Amino acid sequence: MNSGDTAFMLVATALVMFMTPGLALFYGGLVRSKNVLSTIMQSFICLGLISLIWVFYGYSLAFGPDIGGFIGNLDFALLKGIGLTPGPYSDTIPDLLFVAFQMMFAIITPALITGAFAERMKFTAYILFALMWSTLVYLPVCHWVWGGGWIGAHGALDFAGGTVIHINSAAAALVVAIVIGKRKGYGKEPFHPHNLTMTILGASILWFGWFGFNAGSALAAGDIATLAFFTTQVAAGSAALSWVVAEWMLQGKPTTLGAASGAVAGLVAVTPAAGFVGPVSAIIIGLVAGVICYLAVLLKSKLRYDDALDVVAVHGVGGLWGALATGLLASTAWNPGGADGLFFGNPKLFAVQAYGAFATIIYSMIVTFIILKVIGAIVGLRVDVEAEVGGLDLAEHSEAGYTM
Amino acid sequence: MKKIEAIIKPFKLDDVKEALNDMGIKGMTISEVKGYGRQKGHKEIYRGAEYIVDFIPKVKIEIIVDATQVDEVIETICKAAQTGKIGDGKIFVLPVDEVIRVRTGEKGEEAI
Repeated sequence: MNSGDTAFMLVATALVMFMTPGLALFYGGLVRSKNVLSTIMQSFICLGLISLIWVFYGYSLAFGPDIGGFIGNLDFALLKGIGLTPGPYSDTIPDLLFVAFQMMFAIITPALITGAFAERMKFTAYILFALMWSTLVYLPVCHWVWGGGWIGAHGALDFAGGTVIHINSAAAALVVAIVIGKRKGYGKEPFHPHNLTMTILGASILWFGWFGFNAGSALAAGDIATLAFFTTQVAAGSAALSWVVAEWMLQGKPTTLGAASGAVAGLVAVTPAAGFVGPVSAIIIGLVAGVICYLAVLLKSKLRYDDALDVVAVHGVGGLWGALATGLLASTAWNPGGADGLFFGNPKLFAVQAYGAFATIIYSMIVTFIILKVIGAIVGLRVDVEAEVGGLDLAEHSEAGYTM
Repeated sequence: MKKIEAIIKPFKLDDVKEALNDMGIKGMTISEVKGYGRQKGHKEIYRGAEYIVDFIPKVKIEIIVDATQVDEVIETICKAAQTGKIGDGKIFVLPVDEVIRVRTGEKGEEAI
């Protein structure tokens, strides 16, 4: 046990917790004012719901003793056997602290998906979705990569959850956006973000929290945490810049929302790579992420599916790029515990990264589709037209975000 | 008595107010309004999606004056609010039947 590592991980865990309300504000500012609270609530309630799932059975299914490389068993249900001494996943911090750190990742992942179906899903349907998706998609995929499952066993690198969190949630987001359908008026009336200052604040909180997310994934206050901290900053900054430059060239104006979106895209992209690549590689990852995620946003309006807040373009494209970039740019010169990528003479890693990412996409899409069909049959996915036009805040929560 | 409603560009409000003050107009009511005429709306871009916003912010000034002052007021507003570009605004002149000062109950021109 190491008090420095423990202190660092306690702070990192709190930082990751703060990302979920940050995401709530990021998304909340992007919707119309009549839906601001319902959008915030979908993220915020995960802090309650997923915390309980994590204790009851979530941690055990993700990190418990392996069953066939697919899922953990229930030996750790209700955190049985989890103590305050170091456990199997960390030598220097209490086992319970690792459980807490990973709990925050489980909380934010379903919240990320909410951007795709913002402004139209029933709250009851959403609660069922968060419960079932976390259980049937997040926990298995988390196990595959980090809990002793088959993707990790192939040697795939995912430092802080590019595949587990971002690719996984974005694959689900695409399915939900298509299954639930477009918002009423999509393509005919403008959907203006109602409060971009709130969105910028949310993006800033995400960026701040991401230091806990990425550096904390080293699980120790040392060299690798420092590397991940540094790569996180330069990738986010590079992507904020490259998104803005790209839109300035293509559409004539540098936008604030572009800078914030670019920063998030860069953070997403560097997530799997953070502790495995050097600073210059992180800049490349960020610069590319800002441009391709911006282009993906443009492509969305051509493809005409209503991923309301661009989860697929930012987390899907950014996450996939990050996973593949890790396979290109990872370097044992920076992290001897990692691996070398394609550009450092090891093409196998690139193949493994792509394999893990695409397997996750396929699994997440199929199971998400089934979950949605089940929920649709039980309670229905969408609010009725009257509630959608009047706003979900009033219809679903009997509240208004703003009063005159 | 006449009511003069002037729709002007928001950044011209201070100039118009001072010009009216200088000619002795002692009060006015203003509101922030949106609308469009010959001036086209502007473009807004959110994550690559471009929207044309038809309704442009303007300021509406309402003044009640004696009928003899109308021409001078119109001239003053036009002079102060003009940029020469499309979208400078419009002025409407309406008849007013009665004016009452709430505090004293005075009526007519005395109450302006």
